[in-house]
Amino acid sequence: MSDYLLKVENLKMHFPIHGGIFWRQIGKVFAVDGVSFAVKQGETVGLVGESGCGKTTVGRSILKLYTPTHGKVYFEGKNILELKRKDMQPLRRNMQMIFQDPFESLDARLTIGDIIEEPFLIHSIGNSEERIKNVKKLLNRVGISQNAINNFPHEFSGGQRQRIGIARAIALNPKLIICDEPVSALDVSIQSQILNLLLELQEEMKLTMMFIAHDLAVVKHISDHIAVMYLGKIVEYANADDLYSQPLHPYTRALISAIPVPDPSVKKKRQILSGEVPSPKDPPPGCSFHTRCPIVIDRCKIEDPFLRNMKNTSGNDHQVACHRAGEQ
Amino acid sequence: MGSAILKVKNLVTSFNTESGRIRAIDDISFELKEKQILGIVGESGCGKSVTALSIMRLLPKPSGVIESGQIMFNHTDIVDLPAEKMHEIRGNRISMIFQEPMTALNPVHRIGKQLGEIFHLHFPDMPKEKIRDESIELLQKVGIPDPESRMNEYPHQISGGMRQRVLIAIALAAKPDILIADEPTTALDVTIQSQILDLMMQLQKETGMAIIFITHALGVIAEICDDVVVMYAGKVAETSPVEHLFEDPKHPYTKGLLTSIPRLESPRKKKLSIIKGMVPSLHELPNGCRFQNRCPEAMEICKTEPPPLKRIADNHFVSCYLY
Ligand SMILES: Nc1ncnc2c1ncn2[C@@H]1O[C@H](COP(=O)(O)OP(=O)(O)O)[C@@H](O)[C@H]1O
Ligand SMILES: Nc1ncnc2c1ncn2[C@@H]1O[C@H](COP(=O)(O)OP(=O)(O)O)[C@@H](O)[C@H]1O
Ligand SMILES: [Mg+2]
Ligand SMILES: [Mg+2]
Repeated sequence: MSDYLLKVENLKMHFPIHGGIFWRQIGKVFAVDGVSFAVKQGETVGLVGESGCGKTTVGRSILKLYTPTHGKVYFEGKNILELKRKDMQPLRRNMQMIFQDPFESLDARLTIGDIIEEPFLIHSIGNSEERIKNVKKLLNRVGISQNAINNFPHEFSGGQRQRIGIARAIALNPKLIICDEPVSALDVSIQSQILNLLLELQEEMKLTMMFIAHDLAVVKHISDHIAVMYLGKIVEYANADDLYSQPLHPYTRALISAIPVPDPSVKKKRQILSGEVPSPKDPPPGCSFHTRCPIVIDRCKIEDPFLRNMKNTSGNDHQVACHRAGEQ
Repeated sequence: MGSAILKVKNLVTSFNTESGRIRAIDDISFELKEKQILGIVGESGCGKSVTALSIMRLLPKPSGVIESGQIMFNHTDIVDLPAEKMHEIRGNRISMIFQEPMTALNPVHRIGKQLGEIFHLHFPDMPKEKIRDESIELLQKVGIPDPESRMNEYPHQISGGMRQRVLIAIALAAKPDILIADEPTTALDVTIQSQILDLMMQLQKETGMAIIFITHALGVIAEICDDVVVMYAGKVAETSPVEHLFEDPKHPYTKGLLTSIPRLESPRKKKLSIIKGMVPSLHELPNGCRFQNRCPEAMEICKTEPPPLKRIADNHFVSCYLY
């Protein structure tokens, strides 16, 4: 047994595109195209990249909300993609998700009490009295007044709704939580409240987390390791500090350089990437970043680089998919 | 230091809503200097867009009204300007890029047609051929590759970043003195945001126009603005040159914002300092300072009287009783 709670191997999710008069399949969206990584028990892996690069699809495929085209997802050593529905059911309570828009993910007709109670009902846990007691405890834990138990989601602010979504996700003491842009829609002053709450809960409950976001500063704050995605692939994977201090992939370097720094005395020379992300329906041949890469060579246009392991200057494992990484 | 091209003085804008009249912005004052980029920053609902729409006199009718105050554009107060005069200013002197790029472009018309109409509006005598040339040149200038073929495309056929560039082109067609950009990069990815920020700074230098740049991101403010207005719940909390604000923030709200954002260089997993609680609703504002319920330094007086915007240094104003 390894100490990895979650291990993803060569995960692919190709969405069919239908069209024409017979609504035949006329192409594919290569939303996720060969993603591998592993998360240790109690750690957080961050998934970062620009919109459309496949972050949400990775998260949803791991939870079997999609049926991946290819690959393996090991949870506690078992490949859950092979599990039958009835064998999957008991595992579900251990794998939860927190969404970007808590309002969309919460049923507007249910009170927040009902919403948080639901997981207990689904898994037939406790009697009515015990369930209410648990719901109140959870509300309390995420910083929502117990008196609000009979209120509806629309009566809460965005930050409060995210707290309610978190209460529901942690209700059954899960082992893994996949957070998909949980703070992206929140104002800065609320964002830091929610990040603190997630960090506290992780410590208390020994949670393993996957944290998906497009904001690298937020991802770095909360993660132990970070995977940088570009067009359905991981282009760099490293310890979070190393990724920031010694990025090896030109895309990671560009991402870091593009983040506006809240300090006007830092007049950094920004490296502005030209062009835009190509369509995942028709990814370029070779390295998918070559159309925007500032250090592209001929080889990049033909040969897709593997994600290969290098030791970085801190002596840590550091994976990068770039032909030119490690050149002197 | 340039002189002010736009002065907002004690502006109050309110809306009549089902649950009564609310003051979305309440007695705000600030200045935009010539050839400068002024940032307006604050959390959602604090009144940034309403400020912009008040200046443009494009508040939704009939619910939104400017109750009092002045908006001096050069030496004219435009608050009471007759509609036709205001229409002229809006077309030629002050342009705006609205917050939602998709709604701002007409989905059924080609980009070339939409841009051409703007040229025709501002320069009715301009011949068709010239309009086409100018349009292509402008698209080129805002960094749209292959502008000639883009002219024939519809808004949904181009990416979010490209649409934002088209909107900038449309706003620039009239060669305005002032450009108001309301969260022009909020919906964009960071690498595209940095392209657009760079473009705006470059266009500002080339044309010499002044820009009001609205955002909720302090990082963006630090990168491109000369001066900044920090808003909170319809009030100006603090306004100053950008360097002052980031080096020596005065208002407890500004301080709280600056320390609560996660930064790339700060240690991981450390508890972020937070601003407790939430913004009060405009329907149930407290007496006194609107930040009092979240303020770590609140005093007795803060509960009774709203603090005035006080000058504490050259161009640095704070509304807080600590000063
Ligand atoms: N259900 C789906 N059907 C078809 N295409 C999809 C579907 N979900 C996502 N995609 C496409 O897959 C790509 C990756 O999307 P997504 O995982 O949502 O990216 P991210 O979360 O990084 O923004 C995008 O091009 C998106 O349009
Ligand atoms: N048309 C309207 N009717 C009523 N209230 C409005 C209207 N437009 C804006 N408001 C209110 O005015 C306040 C300021 O809004 P706005 O300027 O849009 O904030 P932001 O800083 O996010 O741009 C908010 O409380 C908002 O609800
Ligand atoms: Mg997503
Ligand atoms: Mg707004």
